[in-house]
Order: sequence, then structure tokens, then C-alpha cells
Amino acid sequence: MVSHRLLVRKLVLICIAMFGFGFALVPLYDVFCRYTGINGKTENTAAPASRRIDESRDISVEFLANRDAGIPWSFAPEITRISVHPGQVKIVNFLVENLSGAATIGRAVPSVSPGEAARYFKKIECFCFVEQPLDAHQAKAMPVQFYIDPDLPSHFTTITLSYRLYNNTPQTVGR
Amino acid sequence: MSTENSSALDINDGHHDDHDHKPKGITRWLYTTNHKDIGTLYLLFALLMLFIGGSLAMVIRAELFQPGLQFVDPHFFNQMTTVHGLVMVFGAIMPAFVGLANWMVPMMIGAPDMALPRMNNWSFWILPFSFFILLSTLFMEGGGPAAGWTFYAPLSTTYSNDSTAFFVFSVHLLGISSIMGAMNVIVTIFNLRAPGMTWMKMPLFVWTWLITAFLLIAVMPVLAGTVTMVLTDKYFGTSFFNAAGGGDPVLFQHIFWFFGHPEVYIMILPAFGIVSSIIPTFARKPLFGYESMVIATASIAFLSFIVWAHHMFTTGMPVAAELFFMYTTMLIAVPTGVKVFNWVATMWRGSMTFETPMMFAVAFIVLFTIGGLSGLMLAIIPADFQYQDTYFVVAHFHYVLVTGALFGIISGVYFWIPKWTGVMYSERLGQWHFWCSLISVNMLFFPMHFVGLAGMPRRIPDYALQFADMNAFISIGGALFGLSQLIFVWCVVRCMRRKGEKASTQVWEGAHGLEWEIPSPAPYHTFQTPPNVK
Repeated sequence: MVSHRLLVRKLVLICIAMFGFGFALVPLYDVFCRYTGINGKTENTAAPASRRIDESRDISVEFLANRDAGIPWSFAPEITRISVHPGQVKIVNFLVENLSGAATIGRAVPSVSPGEAARYFKKIECFCFVEQPLDAHQAKAMPVQFYIDPDLPSHFTTITLSYRLYNNTPQTVGR
Repeated sequence: MSTENSSALDINDGHHDDHDHKPKGITRWLYTTNHKDIGTLYLLFALLMLFIGGSLAMVIRAELFQPGLQFVDPHFFNQMTTVHGLVMVFGAIMPAFVGLANWMVPMMIGAPDMALPRMNNWSFWILPFSFFILLSTLFMEGGGPAAGWTFYAPLSTTYSNDSTAFFVFSVHLLGISSIMGAMNVIVTIFNLRAPGMTWMKMPLFVWTWLITAFLLIAVMPVLAGTVTMVLTDKYFGTSFFNAAGGGDPVLFQHIFWFFGHPEVYIMILPAFGIVSSIIPTFARKPLFGYESMVIATASIAFLSFIVWAHHMFTTGMPVAAELFFMYTTMLIAVPTGVKVFNWVATMWRGSMTFETPMMFAVAFIVLFTIGGLSGLMLAIIPADFQYQDTYFVVAHFHYVLVTGALFGIISGVYFWIPKWTGVMYSERLGQWHFWCSLISVNMLFFPMHFVGLAGMPRRIPDYALQFADMNAFISIGGALFGLSQLIFVWCVVRCMRRKGEKASTQVWEGAHGLEWEIPSPAPYHTFQTPPNVK
């Protein structure tokens, strides 16, 4: 009678490894997306100031704001479209107002479309870098200061920056 | 013939009175470690699930018979599409293949039983519990899972009800069952082949199942991981797929389809093996290009790991990634084409007869190829943007799964049931079953191509008026196809009650292989002493 133990043990190991691989895909996905810059995710830290301005072309930058059903705020960009030269620093305000009677903490998650342009979208300062607390019925203008990297490939003429606002008040997380 | 049988039996089987050691009553089935008993259990369970899944599909088709909402509300409709998919994939097709593997693999390689018989018992008996849990959710407050069988986040996390927990647990159980079944197949094939049964002498059904088993071992744990993430996202505050917490819903689709695409080959490779056994038998010629069949199967299995994102072309992937997945997807057509070519070449100038298994096998080749071709259309990125989430996709995967996998299974059952029961099925009923199924299945799924191309979305209980006539026609086809399967049940029950002509040892004139050298019905214990394969 052949012993099956060794083979079974190997197969069980493969199963455990593949179960782990499923979870490993989570960080791998992030690393892959950051490395290739194809996911539309921007850097969540401040970029250095622009070195030069490329005045030969204009890039149309569009702003989108939407909010999760779980946050009782209004949320909209002050202006929906501007035209910038690559390298030119701009500040755009996003207006929020807490419509509820309770202090709430919001968190905005940015996304750039088309995804390949995300790595050329440089934010010097952004309200999305940190959590945004608002008292009851408080309103605020939240600025994002950015420029488009002059190395942006020429086939990009329009870039859309979209934010989705989530409720990050501690007791609502994991609900 | 019968004298030949008993002499063969004496050599193969020390204690040849096969009724001696068969326990009686329900405990025989509960405690059984016999590969033939477990194979039978799997096959009957799959048949039951086929009818349960079919009934759910009938609810879908009844609702879609006319535009507007008639019978069910949209939420219940979504539960029907979801549970229909889960039941058919995990309850009907996969257990049927495992049942066929249990019955045939040991007999084909000259093994006395599966290598791990106790685990075999476990892997079957987990299944009924798993599906009891899943189906019970339909009767609970709020209903069953409704996120589609693909349970995309956030549909399955943020927007689902508590049936998610039951669904996840049931998928865990059936995953464990599949993995144990696959391990058993691998260990059996690696360790229990009869002397002389070298790798390249193994019947193609054994080869395709070996490769399938490795696919199962590789991807079922990933599915287990996916549902676990869904569970923790919903109940334990993690944010794998929740953008608010830094996760990404698109990540769900990547992980799911990393499992999901190999899964679709898990559901078709064993059918390739069945058809590769049947075509040579009824063409009375050896299989054309055996080695290329093995290589093609292995290539399909390998390629299945690098094509998953073709399910996600519209999620906003960069062009480079879309091109990569388009080309790898199209590449699969090459080994698949090799297989179709080999089957046709096997039939070329053969002395063909068209008994029921052969009819289903030939229909498999033609109709599976139609499903494969619509798959190629779906692989073309710009076209896919139009086809995505339409009935064209539904038509595509039903051609490969119903007229592909299911027809493969049915032809295998007709082919081997004389060996299992010792009596021939009724050829007249079998032919009726075939022609009714063939006509109705094409009434059911072929028009779906057209309504899909015209823009009818899938998973929606209502549709625009211009699709009304087609949908009525499709629903009638669906009902007829469902009814046709009752003929199949009749055929199977007749054989199980030993009604019919006694089958010979070889059963089919052109059949070759170890399983055709043991008597019909196959004794409870076979190949206690391994045969010598020349």
C-alpha cells in the first residue's frame, strides 16, 4: 500500500498557500496600482511645488463631488471646470455643510480619471489628506491646491478629479 | 459474453461475491466509503439540484414571459437569479463531475477505490448541509442573497441583508467539499494507477479531471478568502472593498474573477474528457491526437489564470491591461480549437453510430463551439462594451454551461449507466430526450443572443416592449427544456430499477479501457488486485 500522507500534506499546503494568496492580493493590488499608476488613485501626501509652467497647452480640469448615503452633509465644488497650464498652481474650494444636528467627521476619498493621469495630478495641499470634522450645522470651504505635472503626456486634454465623501465618525464605522 | 465476465472477475477480484460486504439500509449511504456509492450519491444530489436550480430559472422565465411585473417583485427576482446561479454551478455541475470522477476514475486506472475513502465520505456529506443553509435563506425574513452569483461588493456587503452570513458559511462548506474531492482525485491518480498505467496511457477523462483537480485546489481557497473578506467587511468593520476605509470595490472583482475564470474551466474540462471517451467509442477509431489533447487541456488550465480581467473590461482599466487580457483570452481559442479539431478528426471516416451518448456528444461539440465563438466576440474590447451585462452574455455562458457542461454530463451518464446498473437505458427514450432537449435548449438560449445584441440587460425583471415576443418564445423554450429533463429522470430511474436489456461487459462495441473489462453492473469492489495494463 502506497503512503498517501506526503502527497496529501503537499496538497493541503497548496490550499493554505492559495488561501493566503487570496488575501495577499489585497496589498499586491495596491502596490501594483501604485507602481503602474493605473487606478486613478492620487498620492495622499503633499507634492513639492512645481518647477516650471508649460504655457503652450491648456488642460481642462473638471471637479466632481458626491457623498455616501451615510453622511448628512451637502458637498459640492465651488466651480466645476477650470482650464490650467501644466505646472500652474491652482486652488479650488469644495463647499461642505453639516445638515444634521450632530458633530460629524467626514473623509473624502479622491479619484482621478483617466486613471493613467493620476500620477501627473499633484496636490500641494488637500482637504482629503486628513479627516474633516464639522460641528452641527457648520459650513466650510475646503481647499485643494494642485498643479498638473508638465510631464503629462500630450494626449490628455481633460482630467477629472472626483471626491467621494464618507462618514468617518467613530461610532458609525463598521456599522 | 457472460463467461468472459466471470473469468475476468475471478482474476480481478479475490472475493467476487459483490453482495457480501454491502451494508444495508440508510447507514450504507451515510457511512459509505465506497467510491461507487459516493459517486451515486453525488450524481443523484446533482440531479436534485439541477431540478431545484431549474425551478428557480422557471420563476425567472415566468416573470420575463411578458414585460412588466407579473409574479414576483424585483428583489425576489434578484434572489432567483443569484440562487439559480449558485445552485447550478456549485450544486449541479460540479457535484455531477465529482460523482462521475468517483465512479469512473478508479475503474479507469485500475484502482480498488479512491485513495482517501473516509475523506470522500466527508466531502459528499458536507454538500447537502451547505445547500440546505443556502436554500433556507430563501424562506427567511428579507430573503436570500440577491447580489448575483458573483456577489459583487458593495452589493454583497453594504447593500445586502443578513442572508450574507448564511451564504458565506455555505460557500465555505461547499468549498471545503470541493477541495477534499479534488485532493482525493489527485492522490488517487498519482498513487493508485495500476502497474503499466503510465501517464500517457491514462484515459482523457482521467487527465482532464487531474488538471481540473489542480485548478480546484488552486482557486477554491481564493474563493474562500473572497467570501471571508465579504463577511468581515459586512460584520467586523474591515474595509477590503469599502472605499471609505481605504479599500476598493474593484479589488473585489479582481479577486473574485481570479477564482471565477479558472472556475469556468473547472466546469468544462471534465466534459472535454467525457466527450473524448465517447467520440472514439462510437466512431470506432482511437482518439485523434491524444498527446495534443493532453497538452491542450493543460494549456487551457494555465491560460485560465491570466485572463480574469476580461470580465471587467468596463470597470475603467487602462488600455494596455485591456489589450493584454483580450489577447490572452483569444489565445485560449487555440488549444480549444485543437480539441474541437481532434474530435472532428476522430469522427472523420469512422464507422459511426448514433446512440444517445454519441448524439449528446456531437451536440456538445457543435453547441459548445457556438458558446466558444460568442466568448471570442465578448473578448473583443470595443464589442464587449456593448455586450457587457446584456442577454448576449447570458446566452454565451448558457451555451458553454448547459449545452457544454450539462450535455457532457448527460452524455456521460448515458454512456456509463449500463456499466453502473447492468442494464441498457431505453434507446427510444434516450433519443426522445435528446431531440426534445436539443430543440428546446436552442429555443431557450439562441434568441438570447439577439435580444442581448439589441440591448436587453440581464438581471432585470422587466424589459422594453420590443423584446416581448422573443422573451415569450424563450420562456416557452425554457419550460420545454425543463420538461424534457423529466424524460432523462425516467431513463435513469428505469435503469436504477434494473428495467431494460441486460448490458454486456463491454457494453459498447467500440469501447476500450479498463472500465469495460469488468462485468456490468460493476461489482461493489473492483480491481482489489491491480490489473496489468499492457
